[in-house]
Amino acid sequence: MTGLLVQDKNVVVPGEIIAEGMDYLPSYGTYRQQDKIRASQLGLLTVDGKVLKIIPLAGRYLPRRNDVVIGKIIDILISGWRLELNSPYTAVLNLKDASFDYIAKGADLSKYFNLEEYVITKIVNVTSQNMIDVSCKGPGLRKLRGGRVIRVSPCKVPRIIGKRGSMVSMIKRATGCQITVGQNGIVWINGEPDKEIIVVEAVNKIQQEAHIQGLTERIQKFLEAKTGMKIEIIEDHTEGGSDYRPEGGSDYRPEGAAEYHSEESP
Amino acid sequence: MSSYTKRFDGRKFDELRPIEAKAGVIKKADGSAYFRIGKTTAYAAVYGPRELYPKFLQDPKQGLLRCNYNMMPFSGAGERVRPGPSRRSKEISLITERALRPVLDLKDFPNAVVDVFVELTETDAGSRCAGICAASIALADAGILMKDLVVAFSVGKVGDQVVVDLDGDEEHFESNSSVDIPIGLIPSTGEITLLQADGRISPEDIRKCIKMAQERAPAVSEILRKALKEKYATE
Amino acid sequence: MQRSENMTNHQLREHICNALTKGFRLDGRKMDEFRPLTIKTDCIRTAEGSAWVRCGETELLVGIKLALEKPFPDTPDEGVLMVGAELLPLANPAFESGPPGIESIETARVIDRGIRESHAIDTHQLCVEKGVKVWTVSVDICPLNHDGNLIDLGGMAAIAALKNAKFPMVKDGVIDYQEHQDKKLPIVETPIPVTVIKIGDNLLVDPTEDEESVLDARLTMAFLENGNICAMQKGGDEPITSEEFEKMLELGSRISKELRQKIR
Repeated sequence: MTGLLVQDKNVVVPGEIIAEGMDYLPSYGTYRQQDKIRASQLGLLTVDGKVLKIIPLAGRYLPRRNDVVIGKIIDILISGWRLELNSPYTAVLNLKDASFDYIAKGADLSKYFNLEEYVITKIVNVTSQNMIDVSCKGPGLRKLRGGRVIRVSPCKVPRIIGKRGSMVSMIKRATGCQITVGQNGIVWINGEPDKEIIVVEAVNKIQQEAHIQGLTERIQKFLEAKTGMKIEIIEDHTEGGSDYRPEGGSDYRPEGAAEYHSEESP
Repeated sequence: MSSYTKRFDGRKFDELRPIEAKAGVIKKADGSAYFRIGKTTAYAAVYGPRELYPKFLQDPKQGLLRCNYNMMPFSGAGERVRPGPSRRSKEISLITERALRPVLDLKDFPNAVVDVFVELTETDAGSRCAGICAASIALADAGILMKDLVVAFSVGKVGDQVVVDLDGDEEHFESNSSVDIPIGLIPSTGEITLLQADGRISPEDIRKCIKMAQERAPAVSEILRKALKEKYATE
Repeated sequence: MQRSENMTNHQLREHICNALTKGFRLDGRKMDEFRPLTIKTDCIRTAEGSAWVRCGETELLVGIKLALEKPFPDTPDEGVLMVGAELLPLANPAFESGPPGIESIETARVIDRGIRESHAIDTHQLCVEKGVKVWTVSVDICPLNHDGNLIDLGGMAAIAALKNAKFPMVKDGVIDYQEHQDKKLPIVETPIPVTVIKIGDNLLVDPTEDEESVLDARLTMAFLENGNICAMQKGGDEPITSEEFEKMLELGSRISKELRQKIR
């Protein structure tokens, strides 16, 4: 028997046979074993012509260049800061990348970014050993003041942001809260306490139901029920660099996901 | 050697005890699972990839898989089990890691560690294998890249009969004359990643045992896969 | 990296305090509200008694094991009670593998004191032969998922497990753990520990892990059926005033009555 054995958008698990025969090409999250293509990660199968890919449903954040992430300052170094990124790997923010203002050597760095503060920052370089450099020079990149931070699965970030920001902007309008979603699964929320709770509940609901169709409408209904407001789903192009949107408007992780995982058999 | 013609609980010789498996049961963990076979119950939690301490263990070329097997003090069939690592639990931790490592690519997470914690809450033989099954589900639940889910259960000989999945009574049959062979397999290739034996047995019977294990493995693999898929089932 | 889970997070604390001044906790609960709580007993067949508790996302198991041993020389006709609480690394990224840290020791000892000082177990009834053989009762508290309030939940699960614990069969002086007698452990009291935490000027019960990480002080009180207290433990780096103590006592007492309903 040859051909595709699993439907597009179905959940697949490691080891599961997705296709038989030589017609299909294994891409991210899949591998070829003789005449079979099997999954190597828990996720949703994406069939793109002949290319088979997995959109992961779980996994910790592995850093990528150009991602806009929310990091937490965990150490003040001699010429910069070390940040935790909700990842097995920490990042370094150098003096020269911290601000458009000039920071003199020997200045008190804690005045700029202090321990435990959260920062919206952009990953500018990742080495082969996963050493990471970040920068705060750019639109929307800044220290976050006040608010609270929750951790979500990085795989769910595209769903939380939504097509062209539609999901997160809907939640913002419904609750009046400021919300920033980092690609690394850190979400910053700031608003009235009772409204923040609605944001957290909405985000958790998105995480649990991310793989089920019709999510945006369900969240819309949820928000309307919780706030008593009528809410529209509109796309939001106005946000600057703080809400990173996947290229091409697709709901899932951009093509770049294949770059840092070997596409050969694991 | 006595003849063993009917199993104590009425199972067929190649029948495993009833299995229940669930994914995502420990919310604080990156991945987790619950695996119950007969009365033996294992929880597994996966944390990682995460930063590896102590630092001198970090390897820039590849990550580390660290497994820890532990029995809760009230989980043993007899007396209380003193908390803390014993020689037995350390050995089982080692073979658990060995059973799982072949399906992972440690180069996916250099300098980091994937920690797997296996806890047994109730045991009735087959605990290390239950732990490995739970760990397989938990690793996949954590989104770790893996070739396949490792399945593990025991095979062996009770009296004169080759059987699969010995329970506690069978292990103690005739003053411990039975042979317990825990085996771990990669279902997609049939490769063996865990193999131990405890007792006297002929090479011919060992071959029968391994064959029986390879025949039962796909069904167990299905159960593990189902546990993961059920977590994402749409109503 | 999980280190930050346990670092005092000033921003988190400020945020929690802001919400509290408006009457909200971060999960929407009121200050004196417990998360949804479920207790099940007799769930582990290898244990002589057992209980499972879930409260919000905190989940734990307690198992009771009995053994026959020599009594302590200074109490030759009394059985022995031992309470252990291992903070298993499986339950939280902050827990480490290895010998019990001070947090797990304190949790175990506070729960132990609540049970021991309540005289819930009549240890004289555990004597088999004076000076030679007594029953030892081991209570082991094992968290499966830690999201706060281990002392209260562990303590409740412990007494629930003790109340349904049965003696194992003894044949010719040797224990057969495969069979239980019908005879239950003689439990005559139901101590309920309640921990009240202080964040700023606010007093809360049933803290989540986040709330515990920013608390100023905490007070655990073990209440007896008649409203008296048999054990107390103050924790946290900040002091409490006597007015605050009064409020904590009153809150704890009220909550303990509600919780006691959950233990049959």
